[in-house]
Amino acid sequence: MSDTDMIDAVVERHHRDGARLMQILRETQEQLGWLSPSTLTAIAEAIAWPRAMVEGTADFYSFFHTRPMGRYRVLWSDNITDRMLGNTDLMQAMCKKLWLEPGRVSEDGLVSVDTTSCTGMCDQGPAVLVNYRAITRMTPARVGEMVGLIRSEMPVAEWPAEWFSVDDNIRRKDMLLAHDLVPGQALAAALERGPEKMLAEIRDARLRGRGGAGFSTGQKWETCRNAEGNGSNAAHYVVCNADEGEPGTFKDRVLLTSHADLVFEGMSIAGLVVGAKKGLLYLRGEYRYLLEALESALATRRAAKLLGKNILDTDFEFDIEIHLGAGAYICGEESALIESLEGKPGRPRIRPPFPVTHGYLDQPTTVNNVETLAASCLIAAHGSAWYAQHGTEKSTGSKILSVSGDCERSGIYEYPYGVTVRQVLEDCGASDCQAVQISGPSGICVAEGEFDRRIAFEDIPTAGAFMVFDETRDMFEVARNFAHFFAHESCGFCTPCRVGTTLVRNLMDKIARQHGSPYDIDELFKLHRLMQGASHCGLGNSACNPIFDTLNKFRPAYEHRLMSLDYEPAFDLDAALSQARQMTGRDDAAAHLQNEAEA
Amino acid sequence: MNALINATLFPPKKLRVATTSLAGCFGCHMSFLDIDERILKLIELIEFDRSPLTDIKHCGPCDLGLIEGGLCNAENVHVLREFRTHCKILVAVGACAINGGLPAQRNHLDLRDVLEEVYQTEPGLSHGGVPNDPELPLPLNKVHPIHEVVKVDYFLPGCPPPADAIWKFLTDLLAGRTPTLGHGLLHYD
Repeated sequence: MSDTDMIDAVVERHHRDGARLMQILRETQEQLGWLSPSTLTAIAEAIAWPRAMVEGTADFYSFFHTRPMGRYRVLWSDNITDRMLGNTDLMQAMCKKLWLEPGRVSEDGLVSVDTTSCTGMCDQGPAVLVNYRAITRMTPARVGEMVGLIRSEMPVAEWPAEWFSVDDNIRRKDMLLAHDLVPGQALAAALERGPEKMLAEIRDARLRGRGGAGFSTGQKWETCRNAEGNGSNAAHYVVCNADEGEPGTFKDRVLLTSHADLVFEGMSIAGLVVGAKKGLLYLRGEYRYLLEALESALATRRAAKLLGKNILDTDFEFDIEIHLGAGAYICGEESALIESLEGKPGRPRIRPPFPVTHGYLDQPTTVNNVETLAASCLIAAHGSAWYAQHGTEKSTGSKILSVSGDCERSGIYEYPYGVTVRQVLEDCGASDCQAVQISGPSGICVAEGEFDRRIAFEDIPTAGAFMVFDETRDMFEVARNFAHFFAHESCGFCTPCRVGTTLVRNLMDKIARQHGSPYDIDELFKLHRLMQGASHCGLGNSACNPIFDTLNKFRPAYEHRLMSLDYEPAFDLDAALSQARQMTGRDDAAAHLQNEAEA
Repeated sequence: MNALINATLFPPKKLRVATTSLAGCFGCHMSFLDIDERILKLIELIEFDRSPLTDIKHCGPCDLGLIEGGLCNAENVHVLREFRTHCKILVAVGACAINGGLPAQRNHLDLRDVLEEVYQTEPGLSHGGVPNDPELPLPLNKVHPIHEVVKVDYFLPGCPPPADAIWKFLTDLLAGRTPTLGHGLLHYD
């Protein structure tokens, strides 16, 4: 099949629908290796979009390339937990064996090796993605074998199957993970009640969003349900946010691996309540390997009359489609996610209007976290009274935590809300712990004196990440890793965040190179204030959180790196005259610049 | 009565101000002069130390230093350090001091290539070789904004900052207010 035929086939499969551009680009790239200018032109023509818009989308996402990146693309997950497991050395060893610089494609176009943001395998790292397939538990021996397989051009599909095994590592089950529901049970209960009563149950259960912000699910569904559709294509939509990008979070991966039915059922219940016929699951590109299993789970549900028309022999009609992301953390923000679903770069929209009235295709849309939707099944099946008995007054139910870092048993822990940090640390076998980063880089850093604080919306809200750092870890390096993460993931739309995240990264690197001074610490505080107040969305607002927290709680980790109490340049001034000295042949005193301290 | 005694015993001290242009075009100084007759009011409040206006060659202890232009050579670094040592408050004035500005457009070129092209290979020039007189300051590999080499207290943006912005900035500073330029005083053309 020629490239043109291939592109035609892909575009045709997606009904020449521009809103499906992300899927068109991904499928095309999976077959052609990269998105060449002529490919983009062909796609733009086929979907009748301006070429610039197609290129805009292709350029925005990390996992799309508009230049060849080699027949093998190896991406090392670069979360702090991967670093702690030694990914830096392993990646260097791999590059050395392949005679490669990180980020560069080999001369023969065979392979490139680079880093990527957390791939959600923190409990079984160091992790890599090879041609966007997840591989866990890298070791020096595996690096050697992998280099051999790449050199002999063995297709990734034929690599040892055990490399691709991803464990659930469920360590503690509570009401959700220990559920005994069979597929269809919760949905049948919801249909029995009807949408109004079901909505009342959700409200009475005081269910709140599990993505971290904790917005009332009942209120969200109600507003969406009451909103009128807009224009001739009026409809309501349910979107499941499975763009689990927050470094250190991997609970949705486990829910989608082992409890996919529960998630799909939750989406169907949401559909019933808000009056939607269509649900969209936005799956992060890093979890591409789950796609086939999820598609087949959907097919099984359709066959069992749990999806499609006349669900369980009622009038209710609902079906689910899966959209894959392409490596953009920002798409976890609901309005950016919707932009991405529509085939556009994932830039957060201006709100209001909120997605519940003007969301996907400008229609009322409820966007819910994977775990929230799964929890709604428990409420449907067991009722709000039972559900609200669990957890605390303002945080009912349970929360799944993704525990990783310095502990004996990393993995998935489900607790009723209200559990103390200390309890979790005891259960996961963390000794000599000095800090826990809760809810990822944008969350909070909890130091030893605060371990009696509780996981609940009343105290520490979380999306689920729980990264443990023992006494041997350098909290400055932890914060610096997060600063690099945000600089990489800023979508570039607003100046405070685009420029601010880079300035913060540069300042952290300057301090790391021991060129820092108290002035730089002041600058970090200033940037924190500025970005928090002036950024367009939550990414910029929270990008300085890890630095602010560690500066307050681990200030000596910064101070012992400072060069002096006076201001210091970030670079060697004398070396800055090297080229002119070389060209003029001068080496007199005036051809040198002393450091201020010596001057 | 107290006010009168204070005014006689402690006449308001004039603020001592130094200015210089490093890798700049003197456009910011010209814009400063555009405050026009307000300079008469200003001169009641300040006195100039080293500045192109006074032709004083070296800076003494000052309250305020205004720096135009970025750093393109070793001499710029020496002058900037002299200002930092002697001025309590140092202000980066204009795009070049703040970002490197126009001179920094050479930063994507290798300095060696630039010198070679200008002094050795470009047709029409005398091809006398790269000047190496010790009197001449050596150019830096890259042009830097001044805050990359010394601590800078305030930034006054614009290319050049309009006279009204400079006036607002200085009067704020003299009155003890943190300078803020509202809408209309921030523009770049």
